[in-house]
Amino acid sequence: MEYEEAKAKIIEELTKKLKSKSKFYFNDLANIIGAKPRDAKKIVNKMVEEGALEYWSSGSTSMYGMPGTGKQAHSEGED
Amino acid sequence: MAKHQTPLLDQLESGPWPSFVSDLKQQAEKRAKNAEGLDFQVPVDVVDDLMGLLELSFKQGRTHWKHGGIVGVFGYGGGVIGRYCDQPQMFPGVAHFHTMRVAQPGGKFYTTEFLRQLCDIWDLRGSGITNMHGSTGDIVLLGTTTPQLEEIFFELTHNMNQDLGGSGSNLRTPSDCIGQARCEYACYDTQDLCYDLTQEYQDELHRPAFPYKFKFKFDGCPNCCVASIARSDMSFIGTWKDDIKIDQKAVQAYIGGELAPNAGAHSGKNWGKFDIQKEVIERCPTECMVMDGKTLKINNRECTRCMHCINVMPRALRIGDERGLSIFAGAKAPILDGAQMGTLIVPFIEAEAPYTKIKETVIEPIWDWWMEEGKNRERLGELMKRQGLQKVIEVLGVDPDPRMVQEPRHNPYIFWKEEEVEGGFQRDINEFRKHHLR
Repeated sequence: MEYEEAKAKIIEELTKKLKSKSKFYFNDLANIIGAKPRDAKKIVNKMVEEGALEYWSSGSTSMYGMPGTGKQAHSEGED
Repeated sequence: MAKHQTPLLDQLESGPWPSFVSDLKQQAEKRAKNAEGLDFQVPVDVVDDLMGLLELSFKQGRTHWKHGGIVGVFGYGGGVIGRYCDQPQMFPGVAHFHTMRVAQPGGKFYTTEFLRQLCDIWDLRGSGITNMHGSTGDIVLLGTTTPQLEEIFFELTHNMNQDLGGSGSNLRTPSDCIGQARCEYACYDTQDLCYDLTQEYQDELHRPAFPYKFKFKFDGCPNCCVASIARSDMSFIGTWKDDIKIDQKAVQAYIGGELAPNAGAHSGKNWGKFDIQKEVIERCPTECMVMDGKTLKINNRECTRCMHCINVMPRALRIGDERGLSIFAGAKAPILDGAQMGTLIVPFIEAEAPYTKIKETVIEPIWDWWMEEGKNRERLGELMKRQGLQKVIEVLGVDPDPRMVQEPRHNPYIFWKEEEVEGGFQRDINEFRKHHLR
């Protein structure tokens, strides 16, 4: 899958689910684009680099979300 | 006068051990005095507020830290752990109290210059509170604010040539023992392998794509000083293939009392005369040692590398010459299914740079399997338990080895796969009927 196509698919899916959740596991993203983890990683990394996705971490687990989404970014004044 | 009254914390100082409360009070006082005239970049009373917050938590029996948050510096998915307080009006000094993890040097060898530089950065741009070291092994800097993260990262990388460590669903900062730098038991160069894998797997360290955390730890010998077998998802423990080298003259010197057992480590008390029979031979878990007259004999085929005899008589017994390492996988702390020790997956592998065989035949196949099959927040050890050792062996493409067996099986059934059975599951019915009438 081409990068732009994969990116659009991820953003579309994440936007659809925004009402119920704003943070996603790496596996969720890999499943959206139907790619093997190593290939998905390249796409996801590029999206982070471009600012289309951002990391969130509890310290032990990492998740991904679209910048500025979710309650926390706003309440901590980080958006 | 302290900013907050902390009677419950004060009580912790009354015990016999050094207390972190005393350290915090000392640090709070140091910041309040500011004898060096620093232009503090985070609130001057951060430590006071930290103590006030902890006191409140003790009083109420509940935490006031929120769960997680921003991750860090640009391009990195680990190394910074966002921590926010849910009582920012009461304790503004710790409204942001982020943790930064800094990769520790191999074997934790520091220069004093490095430590001074690190503390200078942290006094200026953080709370000054450190944890040397976290249980992953890295340097943990506790308490800074969001605007300081990039500043600290810049100074660490540009002025100290120092990287952040791992956190989150990443490869965590690899950790090793002092190895051949100081220790004659080390069967391979732990620091070289640790550094090599750290460089090789930078992407895994900084960009989270694993189902959960993953830890490498390196022990030069089975004494396991960094406890890799209990604390790392993949543990590299030095071992040897040939015989333990024996210096019979030195054995007699231990028996005669000229050499102190355990290199004098237990000399503070009178334990009586050294008794090789009781203290070494009878302590061997596989009973593979015997004194034949004045000669110590070891049946090396039975040796399980427990290290006891070598630890007691280091001048007389030495590790063999054909050295390498064993690899164990799947150790973890409790949460799911309880704590687990590592399972032996590779009994022996050479540990020579550039370590291609270790990377390509062990680490990467295991990662590929875990990334594909692992559930969210499932450690490698849990996946191994869920899918079985048989699957691990298949992933590695190796033959089962008796040394991988940990305990007698508790499942009486053996399920064969079609490809494991000669001729598969299809049979020639005519051939069958030749021998078995209908």
